[in-house]
Amino acid sequence: MAHGASAVDAQYNYDIIKKFSIMALFWGVLGMIAGTYIAAELAFPFLNFDTPQITFGRLRPVHTTLVIFGFGGSALFATSYYVVQRTCQARLYSDFMANLTFWGWQLSVLLGVIGYVNGYTQGREYAEFVWPIDLLIAVTWVIYFMVYVQTLRRRSQPHIYVANWFYMAFILATAILHIFNNLAVPVSMFSLQSYSAFSGVQDAMTQWWYGHNAVGFFLTAAFLGMMYYFVPKQAGRPVYSYRLSIVHFWALSFLYMWVGAHHLHWTALPDWTSSLAATFSILLLMPSWGGMINGIMTLSGAWDKLRTDPIMLFLITALAFYGMSTFEGPMMSLKSVNALSHYTDWTVGHVHSGALGWVAMVSFGSFYHMIPRLYDTELWSKKLVYVHFWLATIGIVLYITAMWVSGIGQGLMLRAFDDYGNLAYTFIETVTFMHLPLATRMIGGMFFVSGILTMAFNIYMTIRTAKKEQAEIEAKIAARMAKAGV
Amino acid sequence: MKFRFAHESIEINAGLLIALTMVVISIGGLVEIVPLFYIDETIEKVEGVRPYTPLEQAGRDIYIREGCYTCHSQMIRPFRDEDLRYGHYSLAAESQYDHPFQWGSKRTGPDLARVGGKYSNDWHVQHLKAPRSVVPDSIMPNYPWLADTSLDYSDIAGKMRALKTVGVPYSETDVEYEQNVEKFGKEMADMFNIHRAQENLLAQAQQGNFDGDRSKLTEMDALVAYLQMLGTLVDFSKYDEGYFAEFR
Repeated sequence: MAHGASAVDAQYNYDIIKKFSIMALFWGVLGMIAGTYIAAELAFPFLNFDTPQITFGRLRPVHTTLVIFGFGGSALFATSYYVVQRTCQARLYSDFMANLTFWGWQLSVLLGVIGYVNGYTQGREYAEFVWPIDLLIAVTWVIYFMVYVQTLRRRSQPHIYVANWFYMAFILATAILHIFNNLAVPVSMFSLQSYSAFSGVQDAMTQWWYGHNAVGFFLTAAFLGMMYYFVPKQAGRPVYSYRLSIVHFWALSFLYMWVGAHHLHWTALPDWTSSLAATFSILLLMPSWGGMINGIMTLSGAWDKLRTDPIMLFLITALAFYGMSTFEGPMMSLKSVNALSHYTDWTVGHVHSGALGWVAMVSFGSFYHMIPRLYDTELWSKKLVYVHFWLATIGIVLYITAMWVSGIGQGLMLRAFDDYGNLAYTFIETVTFMHLPLATRMIGGMFFVSGILTMAFNIYMTIRTAKKEQAEIEAKIAARMAKAGV
Repeated sequence: MKFRFAHESIEINAGLLIALTMVVISIGGLVEIVPLFYIDETIEKVEGVRPYTPLEQAGRDIYIREGCYTCHSQMIRPFRDEDLRYGHYSLAAESQYDHPFQWGSKRTGPDLARVGGKYSNDWHVQHLKAPRSVVPDSIMPNYPWLADTSLDYSDIAGKMRALKTVGVPYSETDVEYEQNVEKFGKEMADMFNIHRAQENLLAQAQQGNFDGDRSKLTEMDALVAYLQMLGTLVDFSKYDEGYFAEFR
């Protein structure tokens, strides 16, 4: 209803959420296509076409940046602005500042990837942005923090809902991580190149403290915030255990920051550091599973919804993948397992079971719930949500399985000896072995991309229908007003 | 009951929530990162490790630009198979002048921490231009443009100055130069003199002839110069077996 929609617009700032949601899907499609393309380059290297801009080394940060910061980041801005307004029953603080976060973020992602294909990078995984973009991100982030906190302070009830704690922790942790990991000295004011403040072992530790907590706070805590709002909403039931959510929040926030060094087992990092990190990685299993149980059990007593509601299917499957990858992670952080898994595709598979299975699936579910509400309409097609779900799930399963074969296979081959104590395989023999799993992974990626394309089409049709409905209603009102001679 | 009451007060106070969250998320990083700057055993005492020459640093910048670290590690672990395949495990000291570090996280291709001296310059040039012409099953991209693109070394002194700011002992003053002479010997100290950066870079390229074509200075020259020195600085025969284990 037109009248209803405009009343909502006055109560909440939905415009900013719509913009971020659409950009999340846009970057998601691009980033996942980029990912599938570089997967294809590994299986069929002629696809590099002797062109600097599209070689694997330059496109890989394009893929990670587009999916983590473009898709994931925009999805987090969108849902956090939605959740904070709905749970505080307050309008977002300052439309102007919210818009600044939108343009600052989109510009950072866009300039970042244009830079990478042209060879401008810091050479730090998941933090490849050159220093001027790092500054732009820092400013954008401070504004984001202010908008968020000021909105919390406007809340019309005393209590701050649990989802907001997770979003808040994500905003704070990301600020700290981003600033410290990107400390660098530029070559000059007019050069995009800079050198990191730390070197060697300290630099490695700082980078993986950042790298793993980008996973911990950007890709986990924040998406748990999403989970704590959208799962109960879609299920139509309160969260399973409020007390568990309190324990979950503090334990997760505390423990995550310790575990980054498990990426540096057996390296030149002192043993005490990585052993400590491994210990905390094991401990982290508990809050992780606590959160998963809290989410899944929210559906307790309404399990039948899984049969009728594809959105619920997305959300619960996401939690299942979350449980799986937060079990696999601590296992891989054991030194003996890590000795085999590190440097191989097993790690890549693990990341993607988290990134595709958890992050992307919970975002898809949340978007399917949220976007029709933003436009005051229904989803255009529920059937296509099912199609998307199965495309995504098949894609993930193919992807992860292929990476297990490739990673564990390569790990075993590299450490195999013949009867005389010589190495049984050369390195290139392991590369030859990996061809089939790498090609399978590419097919898995294609499934996942078809899934998000299906979603993009469904959302496009939903918005178009909503606009048409709105126009019809407005025309009707106008006609009636004219008839009444107003 | 007391616990519930206490937590309730956090749930209704945004400032308190933020402050406590900050405390909780700061501890892990502080405990694990700060000591690394102060504990002496973090970096081994070892002879031979030195900063990069201007040409090698220019090569390293190309290595980073092309994203080589997305497929190649530079960190050998203390396992028998890695020892046989790549050589002695990597020391922290060996990357102490690396801004940023390039240990990597994935071996789509082999580790490069000790690739220096393993192959000839000619092999590297051919391999970089067309990897499959020397390793038929390789999945590495071709990098033919490296041999065609002239090396831009106009701001090499500026780069060295930036590196000096973050702690690499390149010299600008006489005092710093003398310190380098003492530490690295005269020949290397001359190399690390920022005022002679361009001259040194050209001389090393001319002398080393890394891309096999003396007539022009290309990105290939710099990259091969960098690859050929990787892991060659420490003479491990000088140290007892087990000496480095003390630092782990």
